[in-house]
Amino acid sequence: MANALAEPAKTALFKAEIVPHLRAAYNLARWLVHNPDDAEDMVQESYLRAYKYFDGFRGMNSLAWLLIIVRTTCYTWLHRNRFQEASTVFDEDLQSRVIEMINPETLMLKGADDMLRQLLEELPVEFREALVLRELEGMSYKQIAEVAGIPLGTVMSRLAQARRHLQRRLSNVPTKEY
Amino acid sequence: MDCVETQTMMHGYLDSELDLVRVVELERHLEECPHCQQAYSNQQALRAMIRAASLYHNAPDQLANQIHVAQRQAEDQNSRVSSAVPAKRRTHRFWARAWVFELAGASACLAILIFTVLRVVPWRGLASSDDVIAQQVLASHIRSLMPNHLTDVLSTDQHTVKPWFDGKLDYSPPVQDFADHDFALIGGRLDYLEDQSVAALVYQRRKHFINLFIWPSPDVARPANAARKGYNMVHWTEGGMNYWAVSELNATELDEIVQRIRGAR
Repeated sequence: MANALAEPAKTALFKAEIVPHLRAAYNLARWLVHNPDDAEDMVQESYLRAYKYFDGFRGMNSLAWLLIIVRTTCYTWLHRNRFQEASTVFDEDLQSRVIEMINPETLMLKGADDMLRQLLEELPVEFREALVLRELEGMSYKQIAEVAGIPLGTVMSRLAQARRHLQRRLSNVPTKEY
Repeated sequence: MDCVETQTMMHGYLDSELDLVRVVELERHLEECPHCQQAYSNQQALRAMIRAASLYHNAPDQLANQIHVAQRQAEDQNSRVSSAVPAKRRTHRFWARAWVFELAGASACLAILIFTVLRVVPWRGLASSDDVIAQQVLASHIRSLMPNHLTDVLSTDQHTVKPWFDGKLDYSPPVQDFADHDFALIGGRLDYLEDQSVAALVYQRRKHFINLFIWPSPDVARPANAARKGYNMVHWTEGGMNYWAVSELNATELDEIVQRIRGAR
């Protein structure tokens, strides 16, 4: 920890760079650990870590930097609590030529928000996080790769698998007959 | 570009992350293939739904305050700890208070240390019970059996497979062929386990594939068997490397193969 910043300067910089990302930090934590109370704990812990570790932050994208910490904190917690994540196996068969139509109107009738939220919750955590960072945070593949510590190609394949899985699950919703 | 590739690439396309060459190839394929076209419009619909839905979890209002308070406390501790050090011998009562601050300081240092270790050595030995790894290993094995996922380098020659990993990993996995013993090396692949890139060697016996995952580890473990979802797994460490073999082969044959692999080292 060479060149540690003086405390007031550090605090000011921290406020300017890291504090504004609270919204994103909470959203990610909430999606990773599933419930609001634990998510708050994760965010608090992450911010304390971020503050203590702030000297190690050198002009990297501050959002990505913070989210790496949030992710690390959440994953540690998930592992420690032996969270049995849903199976990482997607029963997809790309070769099959059956592609069901998504019918957005039917879904709207059934409360698409709740259904989507539930399906997203069911995704294995690494797929869930890719989708959350991409669709809710609007991050680029490069940023997602940085946060999740994976190659760019893996970002795309995780998104592809996650979305195909959602699409499949949504298509299986029984359609209303008129 | 074929359908399988298209249905992965279309996500890069949807996210405006594809390079121009692939965009052109993909658009050409979409024009010709109604199947993929349908898949693409489904994905567009899905994206629209996700964006329209209120899935974003907004932080509770009090959280910003809590963080502010927690951070102020951390700040205070930091500055008081530094002034508490020279003041050690002042008075007895102050000592008691300083002790509390030093403890706080020490735990802060410990937190930083743990965090640093976590960042440098992701999870290893810490949270990763073998159970969690076994799950990841199995998932990777199953993923690898999906079309076009099995091998990045397709070769039955260990002298082709081994150098292929150079520059892709910062260690060199031992690669051996066992065609004489009725299980042949058919290639290698980079995979991703425990937050790091790992070598995956692919062997075949009859119609069954065996994935052998190898990555460096300071742990020492005797061979242990596991079975999940009809797949068999064997885990062991040797020469500073972690080995996981997984296959749908029966346990006896997998054990035999593992012994050959271990015998060859």
